[in-house]
Amino acid sequence: MSSAIDTALISNARKVWHPVLRQIGLLVLVLPGASLFLIPWFWMLSTAGKETALIWKTPPVWIPPVYHWENFIKAWLQGDFAVYYLNTFYISGMNVIGILISSVLAAYAFARIRFPGRDVLFVVVLSTMMLPRQVTLIPLYMIFSELGWINTFKPLIVPLFFGDAFSIFLLRQFFLTISRELDDAALIDGCRRLGVLFRILLPLTRPALAVVAIFNFTWAWNEFFTPLIYLDSPKLFPITLGLHRFIGRAQIDIQFLMAMTIVSTLVPIGIFFLTQRYFIQGIVITGIKG
Amino acid sequence: MAAQSSLADFVKRRFTQRTEDVLTAYLCLLPWIIGFLAFTLGPLVFSLVLSFFQADLFTRNVFVGLGNYVDLVQDPLFLKSLRITAIYAFVSVPLGAATALAVALLLNQKVVGLGVWRTVYYLPSVISGVAVAVLWLQIFNPRMGLINNALKVVGIEGPSWIFDSTWALPSLIIMSLWAVGANMLLYLAGLQGIPTYLYEAAKIDGASVWRRFWHVTIPMLSPTIFFNVVISLIAAFQFFTQSFIMTNGGPNNSTLSMVLFLYRKAFQQTRFGYASAVAWVLFAIIICFTLLFMRSSSLWVYYAGEERND
Repeated sequence: MSSAIDTALISNARKVWHPVLRQIGLLVLVLPGASLFLIPWFWMLSTAGKETALIWKTPPVWIPPVYHWENFIKAWLQGDFAVYYLNTFYISGMNVIGILISSVLAAYAFARIRFPGRDVLFVVVLSTMMLPRQVTLIPLYMIFSELGWINTFKPLIVPLFFGDAFSIFLLRQFFLTISRELDDAALIDGCRRLGVLFRILLPLTRPALAVVAIFNFTWAWNEFFTPLIYLDSPKLFPITLGLHRFIGRAQIDIQFLMAMTIVSTLVPIGIFFLTQRYFIQGIVITGIKG
Repeated sequence: MAAQSSLADFVKRRFTQRTEDVLTAYLCLLPWIIGFLAFTLGPLVFSLVLSFFQADLFTRNVFVGLGNYVDLVQDPLFLKSLRITAIYAFVSVPLGAATALAVALLLNQKVVGLGVWRTVYYLPSVISGVAVAVLWLQIFNPRMGLINNALKVVGIEGPSWIFDSTWALPSLIIMSLWAVGANMLLYLAGLQGIPTYLYEAAKIDGASVWRRFWHVTIPMLSPTIFFNVVISLIAAFQFFTQSFIMTNGGPNNSTLSMVLFLYRKAFQQTRFGYASAVAWVLFAIIICFTLLFMRSSSLWVYYAGEERND
């Protein structure tokens, strides 16, 4: 009798304790990795507020006794970061506009209209995604320099008004999820093909447009190689080139460099936190990162 | 009579609808088609032609046939960059995939604070490669950097990392692991697509955790792994930003990637023909590995719903 109660008690205790032990076990596995991933951020934040003398101290001071917020302002003013920020906003914004206009149209044709050559053209779109950009880089540079576009924003913006393979693919996938019956109903009611796109598909795929916009904005924000090739004068630099330029200037004042590294990441991080749902959806649907 | 005219009407309407469709489609595709010809196909052909010329911005172009490629094969610096790129790709990609998969498996469990952990692991992939490089430039600093200070605590005198030609490339590989978050998200999505009844069935059959992992998780996840590894390999072959910013290819060219080599030839020495040949070698390597990988996929990638002959 008592042994039966005992077993009941033990199994009850197991039921209560098992999930707790499991949680502890999982946390033991998660926490070390998570701290490894977090420490660089914390260290960057800590370094950015230090005074020069503290930076070289070993063992390092993790929390500076006085956090010098003015480092951010000093560095910002020293490095023309206002100019870089404006440039980056402009370039990224124009990229998003160009990509949305051109890719929505192309994606619509691929998703909804039957026409000769569609499948071949779509394979071409997919294969351009795999193409390493170094292969077209030099001729493009020669063409743009022939056009007098070197050291202007044009090489960074104009090509994107002619469609972007990845965005076309992404939008097509989204369009395919919308039932075709809606199109047919509208067509029977006398709506034109393009009317279907603007009146039916686009209103229904607003989240998809948001995903494309968010992704392309973030990529353009983080882009380094293309501006490096085409831009020479610092007053045209986006934030990535500006930060690179600042390394030389802030060789000694590492706190300034760290402060501006933080500043350069604020926009992508902000976008991520504000639009997390879209962000993750986009990655999951396409399976591709930048 | 009436029926006939309505039939003719119907045929005509069908026909005009079809013409309108085709016209609309090509109108919609026109920007992309123009862009593809002007910014992709044209330059692609042009760069292949260019790779057979001795060409720079200022002098006349001279046809050299395969000369550039012959020179490349004999250029010790190019061969070095080829080796470095291969090491980087074949070490960082499997390592990154394993890390991303491990983290994804862990964060696929119901652990307290799940959203926070996922964000923590993902966040580094949101910021630019430049920001990552500048930050890790300081972390690898032999004197005040994070890593060597941490090593000092356990009594190890750390190497000079990116300033040491043996450690520079491993440093870049270690750093690349910080940004596995995007891959982790993909694996998470893949894991959540595996139906739970498979695990339940395996459990009833008495399969251990380990066996369930190898016989359910891995096969079901293999398309995701395959896709991820292909994309990561293509990206890894093009690595540039890290070595350009952190080491500028050094020390002693130990982090000279193929793209950095190409960049120098094209934009510092304006040897456009030679640089184009480099681009085509890179392209050929990427195509070969992608095709090879795709060929091998039938051996180890399991697509549910696919008909199998064997």
